[in-house]
Amino acid sequence: MPENSLPTADTDAQKRGKSPLSLEISGISKSFGRFPALNDVSLHARDKEFLALLGPSGSGKTTLLRVLAGLERPDAGEVRFAGEDFLSLPVRSRKVGMVFQHYALFRHMTVAQNIAFGLTVRPRRERPSKSETADRVADLLKLVQLEDLGARFPAQLSGGQRQRVALARALAIEPKMLLLDEPFGALDAQVRRELRRWLRELHDRAGVTTVFVTHDQEEALDLADRVAILKDGRLIQLGTPNEVYEKPADPFVYDFLGAACRLPGVIEGGRLTVADWESKAPADAPQGRVDVFFRPDEVMFAPLDGAGLAGEVKAVVQRGPDARIECLIEGRLFELEARGPGVPSGVAPGLSLRIKPLRPKIYAAA
Amino acid sequence: MTLANPVVGARPVSSVRLPGLAILLVLASAVVMAVLVLLPLFVVFHDAFAKGIGKYLASIRDPDAISAIQLTLLVAAIAVPLNAAFGIAAAWCIAKFEFRGKAALLTLIDLPFSMSPVVSGLVWVLLFGAQGWFGTWLIDHDIKIIFATTGLVLATILVTFPFVARELIPLMQDQGSDEEAAALTLGAGGFTTFWRITLPNIRWALLYGVLLCNARAMGEFGAVSVVSGHIRGLTTTLPLHVEVLYNDYDFVGAFAAASLLASLGLITLVLKTGLEWRHAGELAANRRH
Amino acid sequence: MTAHAIPAAPVKARRPWVVHSVLPGFGLSLGITLAYLGAIVVLPLVALAIRPWELGLNGVVHALAAPRVAAALRLSFGLSALAALLNAPLGVLLAWTLTRYEFPGRRILDALVDLPFALPTAVAGIALTAIYAPTGPLGSLAAKVGIKTAYSPLGIFIALVFIGLPFVVRSLQPVLQDLDKEVEEAATTLGANALQRAVRVILPALGPSLVSGVSLAFARAVGEYGSVVFIAGNLPGKTEIAPLLIVIKLEQYDYAGAAAVGLAMVAISFGSLVAINGLQLFLARRGKA
Repeated sequence: MPENSLPTADTDAQKRGKSPLSLEISGISKSFGRFPALNDVSLHARDKEFLALLGPSGSGKTTLLRVLAGLERPDAGEVRFAGEDFLSLPVRSRKVGMVFQHYALFRHMTVAQNIAFGLTVRPRRERPSKSETADRVADLLKLVQLEDLGARFPAQLSGGQRQRVALARALAIEPKMLLLDEPFGALDAQVRRELRRWLRELHDRAGVTTVFVTHDQEEALDLADRVAILKDGRLIQLGTPNEVYEKPADPFVYDFLGAACRLPGVIEGGRLTVADWESKAPADAPQGRVDVFFRPDEVMFAPLDGAGLAGEVKAVVQRGPDARIECLIEGRLFELEARGPGVPSGVAPGLSLRIKPLRPKIYAAA
Repeated sequence: MTLANPVVGARPVSSVRLPGLAILLVLASAVVMAVLVLLPLFVVFHDAFAKGIGKYLASIRDPDAISAIQLTLLVAAIAVPLNAAFGIAAAWCIAKFEFRGKAALLTLIDLPFSMSPVVSGLVWVLLFGAQGWFGTWLIDHDIKIIFATTGLVLATILVTFPFVARELIPLMQDQGSDEEAAALTLGAGGFTTFWRITLPNIRWALLYGVLLCNARAMGEFGAVSVVSGHIRGLTTTLPLHVEVLYNDYDFVGAFAAASLLASLGLITLVLKTGLEWRHAGELAANRRH
Repeated sequence: MTAHAIPAAPVKARRPWVVHSVLPGFGLSLGITLAYLGAIVVLPLVALAIRPWELGLNGVVHALAAPRVAAALRLSFGLSALAALLNAPLGVLLAWTLTRYEFPGRRILDALVDLPFALPTAVAGIALTAIYAPTGPLGSLAAKVGIKTAYSPLGIFIALVFIGLPFVVRSLQPVLQDLDKEVEEAATTLGANALQRAVRVILPALGPSLVSGVSLAFARAVGEYGSVVFIAGNLPGKTEIAPLLIVIKLEQYDYAGAAAVGLAMVAISFGSLVAINGLQLFLARRGKA
């Protein structure tokens, strides 16, 4: 990476696919007392990849990020970066740009001093001159669109501004890898969406391998090249946003990635039976008792003589052309979504109809 | 304190909306404070100047008074930095690390606060007095601790032991270690991190603790009284000098010396209050002592 | 970058009792803390705990049961308890007016609450004596109605109220500040009048911190020396406080006897602290229910 500039990376997906492995995590385990935070986690990221660690709280995603930063020491396992043994490097030598969940800005320093910190603590020989440092800070302030705020203190900034200062501070050391811990966790929804797009652009321009932790599936699917889903300290699934959304590895992932409806069913002789609805079972489906999952907005409503699950409408909330329809299916209440033309005509409480899940996912019964 | 025309108004959120009751309560508070707290302060200065400013100045310029002031400054100059250094070290390991036995350590640090000053002096006599554990050894080697400056310093250190640590520990626990961790990821070493991140973050609380520690160190009476021996010009600190003069019925001299100590207390109070007003956020919450 | 072929071996914690942290300096800071704590607090306290038993169990019992010692302990603990109890209503009054009303001079009055802390005890001692002596401004008033203040238990009591007041006020203030106004407002909408709100809503919420403030004042009063010793008169068996008795025994080179009294004071203080903590816990739990 050339000095003092943020090179423009080629974000072409094909090229990224060919780029060399940069981060290799293998067999990482870590427990706090008796609580296992990470259990034999292995995954890898390619150079300049944007990788999301997604999971509920307590899934170990932040611990994994802190292991990468060197802030936690794993009990077992290996981390390599560009082939180099990363675990034997102390934090200060790893050159990772870490953005903390609550930013961890130095409260007694101005924005400019915060950003310059990483440059001013270098050994004297490698330390840039005062004017070089100032130039670099000015560049970074411009990059994060805070040109006029260099003299402010963190307490005088909004949450979104602090977040950007933290990012600029991390980028100042020309990091080999960027680590973000719930970067948007403390921001409100509007700011989150704006910053999300901006962060992705910044990543593409900076061309640094980025790992970010989030519990927000929408954020992960929206931003990342690939998503690693963790639960109880284990890696459950790793894939592109589309892969994990289309082919969730298990009911947990299915449930975690979006609203889910679940019904018990049986597969025998290639036929799937759920309540009174029978259909052809997918080839790769398990045999015997199964759980059938579908998204509440991926259903088709049909008249009572059509195919699907028999249901009775309990309540309808109309929102313009769309509607939320509460249906009683098999004695359970489901909140289904219908869009525009998909809204059955004359829908009203009391109406009986049939509901056909369009893309059911089938897992062996728990 | 004059409250001639108190514009008393309950804040909009107050539950008691009776201005009459409010005035009554404010007046009662003012009276309690005036009689119980302010009157003694007034008396100190009144009695110090009772025989005119000449007598006052003469009492303060007395050689014994001068040497008492010098000894007081010396003792504080040794005790306060030591306790400050200890406070920083203790706060660092207690606030930034998790280890077994922490609660016991905290209890031990707090212990001197609940001990009588006299006991804080007594324990040193038990160790280093003529009949103390190390008494004979000290006499054989001609080392004097009790009835000497060393004893005064030890007693003062014990009495003021927790001040700085108690100020810093809750604040540093509150601040967490994120900023330090951030500094490390940015390439800073351990010492740089402490010097450039931790210390600036605790500076006001440190100053606050040092201020209280110093005030107590200079004003301590009970503990030093036990180990001093009251040798005039040698082992009498300013508070002991007050006692000696008072017991000699030299009231002007006693109150003149006391007025110096009272001024120290007032200055401390002003600085402390100033810190509380200006840097409330950077002092440990709910811990004003 | 060339790859190092040796995989990182699982790192075994060097110190199983401490959670690993990337922050440096744990060993150094804990070492300093333990060494200093050991020398300044633990070693002297060990001496205090061991010395009395030179007298044997009977000797210790005998020393403490001697009429003069028993009287001094009774006086110290009894008057301290009474003074702390009076501090409760005074503290509630001051904390209430200082947090709930806005009036000219409020911030100054607030700052002055700490004066008894800031004023060195010997200074407070001679000033209180000057005020309450039969010739003093308040002492002479009391003498006219036949009440002896200075050189009597009442004088000691006044001094103990003086030094204990800030503890109660400062314990209550943050609670009163944070007390959810909505709770009071809810009580008002439910038809409670001011008195009912004060007694049934506010006082119970103050309970735990009132207990802790009063107990702090009590602990301070038990060991207090400087502000009491001048006003007390120090008549054996009548107005002689326990800390003074330690000083007297030391002057007679009765180290073991002095240590016995000191240890008894520490033990009784500690015992009452445990009891008060229990009461506080009980009140806090009831407050939550």
